[in-house]
Amino acid sequence: MTATANPNDMIHVRATPEEKRSTIIGAVLIALGAYIFWQFGLGVEPGLQATFNLSLQTDTVQGLAWVVDPRQFSMIIGVIVAGLGGWRLTRRALQYTNLSLAISFLLLVMAFLAWAAAGSQFSLVGMLRSTVVLSVVVVFGALTGLMCERVGVVNIGIEGQLLAGAFAAVVLSSAFGTAAGVLGGVAVGALLGWLLAWLSIRFQVDQIIAGVVINFLALGLTSLMSARILSEIQTLNAPERIPAIRIPFLADIPVLGAMFFDHTYFVYGMFLLVFGIHYGLFYSRWGLRSRSVGEHPKAADTAGINVYWVRYRNVILGGMIAGFGGAFLGLAQVARFEENMTGGIGFIGLAAMIFGRWLPIGALGAGLVFGLSRAVQQKVAILNTGIPSEFLFMVPYIVTIIVVAGVVGRTRPPAADGIPYIKD
Amino acid sequence: MALELTGITKRFPNVLANDDVSLSVGEGEIVAMLGENGAGKTTLMNVLFGLYTPDEGEVVIDGKPLEFGSPGASIAAGLGMVHQHFMLVPVFSVAENVILGLEPTNGVGWINQKEARRLVNDISNRYNLAVDPDAMVEDIPVGVQQRVEIIKVLIRDAKYIIFDEPTAVLTPPEVEEFFAIVRGLKEDGRGVIFITHKLNEVIEVADRIVVLRDGKSVGEADPKATTQSHLAEMMVGRPVDLVVSKDPAEPKDEVLSVDRLVVLDDRGQRTVEDLSLSVHAGEIVGIAGVQGNGQTELVEAITGMRPALMGNIRVGGVDVTEFTPRQMHHLGVAHVPEDRQESGLVMAFTIAENMVLDSYYDHPYSRGVRMDWGVATDAAERLVREYDVKAKRVDAPVSTLSGGNQQKVIVAREFDRGVKLVIASQPTRGVDVGSIEYIHARIVEERDAGEAILVVSSELDEVMALSDRVLVMFEGRIVGEFDPTTTSTTEIGLAMLGSGGNDE
Ligand SMILES: Nc1ncnc2c1ncn2[C@@H]1O[C@H](COP(=O)(O)OP(=O)(O)OP(=O)(O)O)[C@@H](O)[C@H]1O
Ligand SMILES: [Mg+2]
Repeated sequence: MTATANPNDMIHVRATPEEKRSTIIGAVLIALGAYIFWQFGLGVEPGLQATFNLSLQTDTVQGLAWVVDPRQFSMIIGVIVAGLGGWRLTRRALQYTNLSLAISFLLLVMAFLAWAAAGSQFSLVGMLRSTVVLSVVVVFGALTGLMCERVGVVNIGIEGQLLAGAFAAVVLSSAFGTAAGVLGGVAVGALLGWLLAWLSIRFQVDQIIAGVVINFLALGLTSLMSARILSEIQTLNAPERIPAIRIPFLADIPVLGAMFFDHTYFVYGMFLLVFGIHYGLFYSRWGLRSRSVGEHPKAADTAGINVYWVRYRNVILGGMIAGFGGAFLGLAQVARFEENMTGGIGFIGLAAMIFGRWLPIGALGAGLVFGLSRAVQQKVAILNTGIPSEFLFMVPYIVTIIVVAGVVGRTRPPAADGIPYIKD
Repeated sequence: MALELTGITKRFPNVLANDDVSLSVGEGEIVAMLGENGAGKTTLMNVLFGLYTPDEGEVVIDGKPLEFGSPGASIAAGLGMVHQHFMLVPVFSVAENVILGLEPTNGVGWINQKEARRLVNDISNRYNLAVDPDAMVEDIPVGVQQRVEIIKVLIRDAKYIIFDEPTAVLTPPEVEEFFAIVRGLKEDGRGVIFITHKLNEVIEVADRIVVLRDGKSVGEADPKATTQSHLAEMMVGRPVDLVVSKDPAEPKDEVLSVDRLVVLDDRGQRTVEDLSLSVHAGEIVGIAGVQGNGQTELVEAITGMRPALMGNIRVGGVDVTEFTPRQMHHLGVAHVPEDRQESGLVMAFTIAENMVLDSYYDHPYSRGVRMDWGVATDAAERLVREYDVKAKRVDAPVSTLSGGNQQKVIVAREFDRGVKLVIASQPTRGVDVGSIEYIHARIVEERDAGEAILVVSSELDEVMALSDRVLVMFEGRIVGEFDPTTTSTTEIGLAMLGSGGNDE
C-alpha cells in the first residue's frame, strides 16, 4: 500500500529535481512564447513580407526562395513554444525536456529572423552555411578537450593550442606552402599537448594551472612574434587560402549542398573526426582503454594498462586536433594571422564539450548552436534592425553561458577528470 | 608447482608494513590469511600483484622469478587479484570491464562485442556465476560485482588467485555461493589466497591458515584443529571476547521517528516504500536485510543526503525531512556512512583533519576564522589510542591507513561526539575481531548513556548481537520486527529473503 493510494492522506509529494526543472523550463517557455507572439508577431506591421533566399550565387539550382508573412508566422511559433511550455508544466514525459528546449530555441531563431527580415530579403542558406563554418573551430576545440578529459586530464589550454597552431600554420604556409603549414600547425599543437601532459603527469602540476600557462605562453609568444616579425616581413603573413572542394552531385542539392558539401577539407575532416572519435570511444580498444583511464585509473592499471602512456597519448592527440583547428582558422577561415585571433573560442569549445556531455556528437551539436548564434548575429547586423551590434555580438556567448549554466541539466564528467594518478 | 614468497619486506615512510614475510601456496590449495587491521595483508598482496615494489625479498611462481612493480607482469605470470576495494569501472558494462586490457578485436582495433559477451558467458556458465554481460556495473549489487571481478581473473586464466576481504561486502547467502566458487577453483587446481576477518569462514573453507601481526608472520594453524578464540588470540595477542555483553535496554523518549517514507534511488525507482520506524533514547535498533533492499537510500534520506519523495522524518519532535546534512549534524545526529571512501573520509586529508572534519567550525577546534590545530591534534591522538587505530602519526594522510583502520577513524569521530542519535551503516565493515569487540562495547556504552542508535548492517550476526530490536527490511519495506533474544538467526534470515516473518 502506498501513501498516494489513500485519498484521506495528507502526506504531500515532493518534486524530484527533474520535475522541478521541467516546471521551471515550462514557465520560461510560456513566457518566451508570449514574447515571440507580441514582439515578433504583433510587432510587425501587417502586410509586410519576409523573403528567405534558399540559393547562393554559386548554386546549381537558382532562385529558390521561401516567402512568409512574419506576423502570422511568428504568432504561430509563439503559440507552439508556449504549448511546449504548457506540456512541460504537466511534468509528463520528462525525457523530452531537452528536446522541447532545443525545438523552442530553433523556433525562436526562425521567428526572430522573420521579424528582422520583414519587408526585405534574407539569405537563409547563406546563414546556414555560415553556421557550419563558424562552428568548425569550436568543434575542434571541444574534441581536443574531450580527448584529454576522457582520460582524466583537464585541458584549459585549448585556446593557446588553437592560437599557436594557427600561427605556425600561417607562417609555415607562407614560407613553404600549404602542406607545410597544415603539418606545422598540427605539430605545434602536439608539442603543446605534450607540454600539458608532461607538466600534469610527470610533475603533477595542477592541471588548471598548466593549462593557463599554455594559454599565456601561446598568446605571449605569438603576439610578440607577430609584432616583431610578421609586421616586418609581411610575406610571412600571406598564406595561400585553402580552396573549397565541391563534392560532385552532393554539392548540387539545394540548401544541403551549400551547407555541407562545398567546404575545405578541414570541414569534412571535422565531421570524420566527430564520428570517428565517437564510435572509436565506444567500440574500439583505444576508446575502452581511454575511458577506463578517465573513469577509474587504478582499475585500468590493475588490468595491465599503462595509465601514464594512455594519458600522454590522448593529450598529445588532442593537441594535434587543436593544431589542425588552428590551421583551419589561419589558412581557410581568415587566411592570415592576427594577434589573439582565437578571441576566446577555445573556451567556447570547452563549454561545447560540457554542453555535449563529453560526447563528440554532443560537441558537434553544441558547436553548431554556437555557430548558428554567430551566423544569426552576423546576418542580422546587416539587416538594420535597430538592435545595437554590441549586444548582438554578445549573443553567442550569452547562449553558451545559459546553456552551460544548467539549462542542460545534470551532466557527469569522467570520474577521474582532473585527478593525477599516483602509484605507490 | 607453487607460488612462493620469501623474505618480503616493504617499508613505507615511518611504517614497516611487511617484515621478512614468507608464504607459499600450492596448486589446489586454499590458504587463509588472518591479521589485525594494519597487519600488512593488503600490502603483501599488492606487492605480489605488482602495485608495490618490495624493499627486499623475492617471489617465485612455478619455478620462475616474478618481476616486481608491474601488474601486467604479475598477470602474465599467472596471478589474479580481487581487490579489497573493487577495481571495476562503474559506467562500463560487465563485458567491457572483463575484457579491459585483453580486448578481442578484429585486428584493426574495433572490439568484437560478440566475442566479449561469449567470453563472459562461458566462464559465467562454467562456474555458475549467473552474470549478465550487458548489465552496467553501477547497476548491479556488490555481490554480483564481485563475481565480475572473479570472471576478470578467470578470463586471464590466473593460476593463483588472491581475494582481499571478499566476504566483507557479501550477505550470508552470497557468502555460501562464494565458497562454492572458491571450492570450484580449488578443484580446477588453482591456488587461492583468501584474506578475511571472519574466523568462522576461515575454519570452514581454508586448507591452511597463516597469521600476520605487525607485518610479521606469527605462525600457521590447521583449520581442522583450531578454534575461533584460539585464532583471535593468535591475531591480537590477547584473548578476545567474541560475544557482546549488555544489559536489557531501557528505552525512554522517542528520538527518531520515520513516518510513511518514500525515497527514490538514483534511477528514480521507489526503493524505500511507505516505511515507518522509530528509535527511542537508550535503545539500539538494528536493520537487517540483504544489501540493496533500500537500506542505503533510507539512511541517506534520514541523514539529509537524499530528498524524501513522501513522508516525514522527525528527530526529537523536530521535522527534519528537508534538513541538510549539516543541519542534521547541528541537531545532534551522527552518521557512520556505509562506504567509507566515498562519503566518510577525505582520503587526501590527514587523520587529524578527518577526525574534526564535521566539527571544524565549532568550539573548541575553531576560534573565529582560525583553526586551533593543537586542540584538534590532541583530540585525534586520544581517539587514535582509544580505538586502537594503527597509525604512527595523526598528521599522516588517511589514505595511508589500512582499510579497517580507516573505518575506525570514522567510527571514532562519530561515536565520540556525544549526540542524541547515531546512525551507523556497516559500522564494523572490514574491522578485525579485536576492534569489533571494542566498537561494539562502545556502542552499548553510548546506548546506556541515553543515545538512540540505529544500526544498519548486512552482517546478520552483528545485528543480532548488538540490537535490542531487529527490523528486517525487504524490497524497501520493513517486513518484520523481532526480539533478537527470542528469535533464531534462521528465522530472521528467511525474513530477509522475503519469506516468512511476522508481516504486519
Ligand atoms: N601507501 C601507504 N603509505 C604509507 N603507509 C601505508 C600505505 N599503505 C599501507 N600503509 C601502512 O601499512 C600498514 C599495513 O597496511 P595494510 O593495508 O597492508 O593492512 P591490512 O592488513 O590489509 O589491514 P586491513 O585488515 O585493515 O585491511 C598499515 O600500518 C598502513 O597504515
Ligand atoms: Mg587490507
